[in-house]
Amino acid sequence: MASTAVTANQAPKLNYLNNGHSLKSWLLTTDHKRIAILYLISVTTFFFLGGFFAMLIRLELLTPQGDLMQADTYNKVFTMHGMIMVFFFLIPVVPAVLGNFLVPLMIGAKDLAFPRINLLSWYLYVVGGLLISHVMLTGGVDTGWTFYSPFSTEYTNTKIVEAGLAAFVAGFSSIFTGLNFIVTIHRMRAPGLTWNRLPLFIWANYATSIIMILGTPVVAITIILVAVERLFHLGIFDPRLGGDPLLFQHLFWFYSHPAVYIMILPSMGVISELITCFSRKRVFGYNFIALSSIAIAVIGFLVWAHHMFVAGISLYAAMIFSFLTFFVGVPSAVKVFNWTATLYKGSITYATPMLYAFGFMGLFTIGGLTGLFLATLGIDVHVTDTYFVVAHFHYVMVGGVLMGYLGGMHFWWPKISGRMYPEGWAKLSALLVFVGFNLTFFPQFILGYVGMPRRYWQYPPEFQVLNVLSTAGSSVLAMGYLLPMIYFLWSLKYGPIAEANPWHAAGLEWKTTSPPPTFNFDETPVVTWEAYNYDEIPDKELEAPVVR
Amino acid sequence: MSKFLPLWPDSASTMSGQVDALYIYLLLVAGIMTALIFISVTVLAIKYRRVAGREATQIEGSTILEIGWSIIPFFVMLTFFIWGAVIYFKERTPPADSTEVYVVAKQWMWKIEHMEGQREINELHVPVGQNVKLIMTSQDVIHSFFVPAFRIKQDVLPGRYTTLWFKATVPGRYHLFCAEYCGTMHSGMGGDIVVMEPQDYAQWMAGGATAPLQETGKELFAQLGCATCHRFDVQGRGPNLTAIYNKPVLLEDGRTVIADENYVRESILNPTAKIVSGFKPVMPTFQGIVTDEQLNALVAYVKSLAQPTPGSAGLQNQPAASPDQPQNMQVQ
Repeated sequence: MASTAVTANQAPKLNYLNNGHSLKSWLLTTDHKRIAILYLISVTTFFFLGGFFAMLIRLELLTPQGDLMQADTYNKVFTMHGMIMVFFFLIPVVPAVLGNFLVPLMIGAKDLAFPRINLLSWYLYVVGGLLISHVMLTGGVDTGWTFYSPFSTEYTNTKIVEAGLAAFVAGFSSIFTGLNFIVTIHRMRAPGLTWNRLPLFIWANYATSIIMILGTPVVAITIILVAVERLFHLGIFDPRLGGDPLLFQHLFWFYSHPAVYIMILPSMGVISELITCFSRKRVFGYNFIALSSIAIAVIGFLVWAHHMFVAGISLYAAMIFSFLTFFVGVPSAVKVFNWTATLYKGSITYATPMLYAFGFMGLFTIGGLTGLFLATLGIDVHVTDTYFVVAHFHYVMVGGVLMGYLGGMHFWWPKISGRMYPEGWAKLSALLVFVGFNLTFFPQFILGYVGMPRRYWQYPPEFQVLNVLSTAGSSVLAMGYLLPMIYFLWSLKYGPIAEANPWHAAGLEWKTTSPPPTFNFDETPVVTWEAYNYDEIPDKELEAPVVR
Repeated sequence: MSKFLPLWPDSASTMSGQVDALYIYLLLVAGIMTALIFISVTVLAIKYRRVAGREATQIEGSTILEIGWSIIPFFVMLTFFIWGAVIYFKERTPPADSTEVYVVAKQWMWKIEHMEGQREINELHVPVGQNVKLIMTSQDVIHSFFVPAFRIKQDVLPGRYTTLWFKATVPGRYHLFCAEYCGTMHSGMGGDIVVMEPQDYAQWMAGGATAPLQETGKELFAQLGCATCHRFDVQGRGPNLTAIYNKPVLLEDGRTVIADENYVRESILNPTAKIVSGFKPVMPTFQGIVTDEQLNALVAYVKSLAQPTPGSAGLQNQPAASPDQPQNMQVQ
């Protein structure tokens, strides 16, 4: 590889990684790329912590009796699994790691608009993370991540207020990131980089940021109300005190449904980048994909009560929310169709990021379609609060978000680390993740329709076979997730040195060195081309970048 | 149903078949869509794999295709919506001839009271072929009454009634689950729905009853002194409760509400929330004085007052001239 010559040259170019080695140079950095690395480390830590709790859940459910742990312990375990995965992994993972690293690079900027606020975001995330760890170590919380009142406000003696505070603080981290992205995307695009030339990953993060700054304050307010009712017994949600328990659910889902789109939209943005690059093609229907992200962000705010069809809302409210929910299905479907059409007449290679993109399309299709089952009133009554729902949202949130994230990590790893990952091992891990995922979660659709409720510590014996399958799948899945962690670390020292543009990809981030210098570009780029101009990338570069 | 590896739930109510039919339709559509995507992606990925000497053909997009694959799926989804809404409407509209059963949920058990006075815990006996309406409330947190074999589920809330109805079709014993997480023994808060042939049910009903629910309510009505103000002979300080159930009531603030179970319940626990036009807010609260079971009995009693004289139950809820001349058939 040509770039090995660079290592032989004794003076490596100054880049963001070797520009200062002290702890202080990392902890007080305002470089968006270093902050992305800080996020990468902390988010990965919480992913494995959340995954550890997931394994405990699967092990308990191996047998119908509650035998591995006490009922209360089990309830705390699935609560911690949900809280950590939602608030400390899924919501920040793509925006805060890949978004932080890539948004300025992709738009030709030196940094985000507010570099110090960006660092503050990470510190808030860490404070939130320390708070949730404190809760975990001092007794935990047993409400499920949904915190339904009045159980959470009056009937449990676990650490509700502290856990709420953790989510509250982490929420501000997310608000600040959203604010930073919106201002950056509006104000700091390189000359010539008009809105309709933006990479779709930028559009997706822009849509995500809108939800972050509009939705997150609502959950923050809800957390305060829960704390007030719990501490001062002011009647807000508990009917004994004159409150309304459904009010909590409305407020909670007003944020927590759009939060699903905070998780999935950035991953969808990643998929658009991967499919175009490995098909060597312009994306099919650029405007429709870009606007579908905005449509999802807007319509996503109008569907929250579809979580409440059996909660006691009125018949007609349920019908309106069911109807609106189908609207959000359209832009999601449009994306999948456009990605598929992008493959047509392409020149396709099967590098690991593309395998993850294929995996995403498969799992998201199943996740999205089963979402339509849940939007259908007559079906939702039967399957809501069962394992059908658990399977559905794992297909979207784990199948979707994680496939996008891992695909993106493999794709941009050369840019982030300056090294190539081992392609063979990576392909194996992509396969393990796909197979393990389906084996874990597909049986849960059946379990749900047969009637197994979620959050059950023990269950009737006839559900055992499907639960055993699911647990078996989860161990394959765990292997699939551990493997990249190992070879990414390995590649930092032993991976082949990456070129500036190993995939011959379009996009400004590939026009600077790998890893990029602290201020990203030696000269501010001037953009005169559309996004994904693969036809304009010279022929010789089309010769496959074969990395083994 | 295979007890080793059940792939489909038991089917034991009039709703099961209807929900299953819609589910199969959804499975078919979703199956076709999934196959379409999987096959397209696989075929395109293989057919257009990189080969030497062939470049990708750049295609910008197609507005017609975009509109097509937005609108067609939307119309398919509309069929989901309509079919689903029709089933939901049926599920949420109990037939008028339903037998009523009161359900009180608490951490972590289901307490059942039949109108005839039978009480059960974690078991509900019902006859085949009879519409049964459950009037449910919770003593503490939110629970959810879920019978997979009937394909029905309804959250059970503290502080109000929610209802659920079904008509069982096949005798047998079916799982009752709590489907809304409710604390430590959430997964233990289950039981059985026992569906019986009518003659077996009659036999079961014959044993163990104390007094019909409305009789208990009538006794409570006297014991608690309700009858002092809510008189049936002359005008009392509170409205006459004869035949008010399920009728519109004009309130002091000009609104009209239907005197349903939730309204009667609220009027006992929080009497000043909705003052009937022409009356003063003088009734004390019974919050903490009556239990949920006693409340159910009182509600059942008030409802029973509507039964005997359906013809005379016409309502004239005109605003009263003065509080001293309250009108009949109002509840406070």
